[in-house]
Amino acid sequence: MLRALLSDDYPRSRVLSAALLIAFFGLALAPFLFSGSQSLNAAAKICYFIVLVASYDLLLGYTGIVSFAHTMFFGIGGYGAGIALFTWGPSWSSLSLGTAIALVLSTAVALLIGLFSLRVRAIFFAMITLAVASVFAILASQLGWLTGGEDGRTYQIPPLLRPGFRLFEQDLFGVTINGRIIAYYLVFLTSLFLFLLMLRVVNSPFGRVLQAIRENDFRAEALGYRTVLYRSIINCVSAGMATLAGVLCAVWLRYTGPATTLSFDIMLDILLMVVIGGMGTLYGAVLGATIFLLAESYLQNLMGLVSKATAGLPLLPQLFDPDRWLLWLGLLFILSVYFFPTGIVGKLRGGAR
Amino acid sequence: MSAIETSEGGLVARAIDWRPLVLVPLLIAAALPLVGSPSTWATLTLAGLAMGMMIFIMASGLTLVFGLMDVINFGHGAFISLGAYSGTLLLLPLAGWLAADSLALNFVALLAMIGLAMLITGIAGYFFERVIIKPVYGRHLHQILVTVGGLIVAQQIIIVLWGPIQITLSLPTALRGIIVFGDIAVERYRLIAVVIGLVVFGGMLLVLNRTKIGLLIRAGVENREMVEALGYHIDRLFIGVFVAGSALAGLGGVMWGFYREALTPGMGLELLVLIFIVVIIGGLGSVGGCFIGALLVALTANYTGFLAPKLALGSNILLMVLILLWRARGLYPVAKR
Repeated sequence: MLRALLSDDYPRSRVLSAALLIAFFGLALAPFLFSGSQSLNAAAKICYFIVLVASYDLLLGYTGIVSFAHTMFFGIGGYGAGIALFTWGPSWSSLSLGTAIALVLSTAVALLIGLFSLRVRAIFFAMITLAVASVFAILASQLGWLTGGEDGRTYQIPPLLRPGFRLFEQDLFGVTINGRIIAYYLVFLTSLFLFLLMLRVVNSPFGRVLQAIRENDFRAEALGYRTVLYRSIINCVSAGMATLAGVLCAVWLRYTGPATTLSFDIMLDILLMVVIGGMGTLYGAVLGATIFLLAESYLQNLMGLVSKATAGLPLLPQLFDPDRWLLWLGLLFILSVYFFPTGIVGKLRGGAR
Repeated sequence: MSAIETSEGGLVARAIDWRPLVLVPLLIAAALPLVGSPSTWATLTLAGLAMGMMIFIMASGLTLVFGLMDVINFGHGAFISLGAYSGTLLLLPLAGWLAADSLALNFVALLAMIGLAMLITGIAGYFFERVIIKPVYGRHLHQILVTVGGLIVAQQIIIVLWGPIQITLSLPTALRGIIVFGDIAVERYRLIAVVIGLVVFGGMLLVLNRTKIGLLIRAGVENREMVEALGYHIDRLFIGVFVAGSALAGLGGVMWGFYREALTPGMGLELLVLIFIVVIIGGLGSVGGCFIGALLVALTANYTGFLAPKLALGSNILLMVLILLWRARGLYPVAKR
C-alpha cells in the first residue's frame, strides 16, 4: 500500500523519513495542533507551495531545464480561479470552469514556449521564459478591467468553504469544524494527491528518460528518445501542476493579485526552496518549502531586531532592514548552489550510506 | 561534442548573409504608410534608432561574452543599473558644468559621468567574473542560477546604497530640447545617443575585424580549443571581454538614465528582459545580429507605441516569435552553438 502510494520511491534515510513524517502529520493535523488563523494560513501556504516547488523540480531537478515562467503558470491558475469566482459568482461550477480554462491556457502557453525554445538549447528556454513571464506580469497589472490591476481581485468562495459554515453542531476535539477548516483540508488533500501523482510521474519509465536527458541529452537522443518531445511534455505537466497550485492559493486566500502570484520574488523563493531542499528529488520540495516558509517570518523579525539594534551605525541598519530580505536570500541562494548543490535531502541521504 | 558541426557550410557560408540586413530598412519603409504623416514617421524612426543604439550598447557585451565563453550572464542587468547609479555620483561635483548653457562643458560633464560609470562597472565586472562565474564554467544550469542570484544581490545592494526610491535625472542644459529640420522634430539627446551608439558599434567592428585581439576573440568564438592549442591564454582574453562588456553595460546605463530622466533600482531587470529579446533575435553570440536585433526591437516598440499603444508590450515578444519562426537560432547563429 505504502509502496504503491510512494511509487516505490522511499526516502532512503531515517532522518529524512522522520522529517517527512513530522511535516506530514504536522500538516494533516494542523487545525487541531495549532490554534489561530495565522498558523492555519501558514500550513495552507506550505501545502500549495509544496505542489508549486515540486512541480518546478520536475523541470529543474529532473530534466535539467531552468524556467523563469513558473510564477506565470501559478498566476494563470490563481487568476483563472479568481476571475471565474469574481465574475460568475461563488459556486463550484464557476470554480471548476475557471480551473479548466486556466489549465488549458497554461498548457497551451507552455507548449508554445517549448516549441520555440526547447528545440534549440536549454539556455534559450531560460531567457525566453524570463522575457515572456515579465511581459505577462506587466500585462496582468495593465488589464485592469479583467484582473483588477495592481490591487488584484477579492471574491467569495463557495458557501461550504466559508468561515460561517458549520459541519457539526458540537466541537470536535475542542475545535469548531467550520468552512475554513474544510477549505484547509481541501487544500491539504489536493496537494497530497498532486504530490503523490508527481512522485508517480518521476518514478515511471517516462521519469527515467527525463533523468537521462538531464544527465546527457546527447546520449539520450542517441538511444532513440526524442528529447524535444519529452521536454515539451514535462514542461506542460509542470505548468499544469503550477496552475493547480495557483488555484489552491486563490481558493485559500480568497484574493488574487500580482504580489501573491506573479512577482519575481516568488520565483526566487521557488528557486531557493528547490535548491535548499535538494534538486532532483521531490522530497526536497517538501522539506525546502516547509523549512523556508517557517523560517521566513522568524528571520524577517530577527532582521528587524538587528536593524534596530544597529540603528546608530552607518550602513548596517539598511543592510538588515527587513525589506532587504531579498539581499540575504540571494546570498544564501548563491552559496547553496556552490556548496550545497544536493540540498538537505542529498546531505541526509549521503550521510546514511 | 558540438565541434563536429563546425565545418557545415564551410567557406561558402562566410559570404555576407544579406537577408537580415534588409529587415531594418524594410521595417522602416513598411511603417511609413501605416503612420501616415512623414514628419511623425521620421521623428518616430529617429527615436527608434536612438533607443536601438542604447539597447545595442547594453546588449553587445552580453552577446560577446556568450559567444566567446559560452557563459550567459543574467547578472548583466545589474551592471546597467550600477552604471546608471554610479554616474549620479558626479551629479553634485559637476553640477555647475551640467547646468551651464554650454555644449562643450555639458559634454565634458556627460563624458566624465560615463567614464566613471564605465570604470566602476568594469571593476565590478572583474570581481563578478572571478567570484561568481569562474567556479561554474561549463555548467549552464549552475551559471543561470548563480548569476540570477548575483543579479538579485546587486540590485539589493544598489537599494542599500542609494535608497529604494526613484531618482530623477535631468539632462544637461544644452542637450535638452529639440532641433527642427523642416517639419521634423528631433530631440538633441537622441542625436547624441545615435552618434555614441554608432561610435561604439564602429569601434567594436574595428577592434574585432582589424586587430589581433579581435582576431583572437573571433577565433575563440569559433573554436576555443584550437586557440588554446596555439598557445594563447583565452581565459585572460575572456576576462578582458567580460570587463569590457560590463563597462559597456555601464555606459548604456548612464545613457538610458538620461534618456528616461529617471533611475529605479529595478531598471536592470527590466532592461535585461529587453536585452535578452534582442540577443535571441540576433543569434546568441553575434555582434552584428545584436545590432540589427536592437534596432528592430526599438523601432517596433516605437511604431507600435504610436499606432496601437495597447499592443506595445506584446510587440517585442511577437517580433521575437516571428524571427524565430524564420530562423530558429536567431538572425546570425554563431556556427558551433
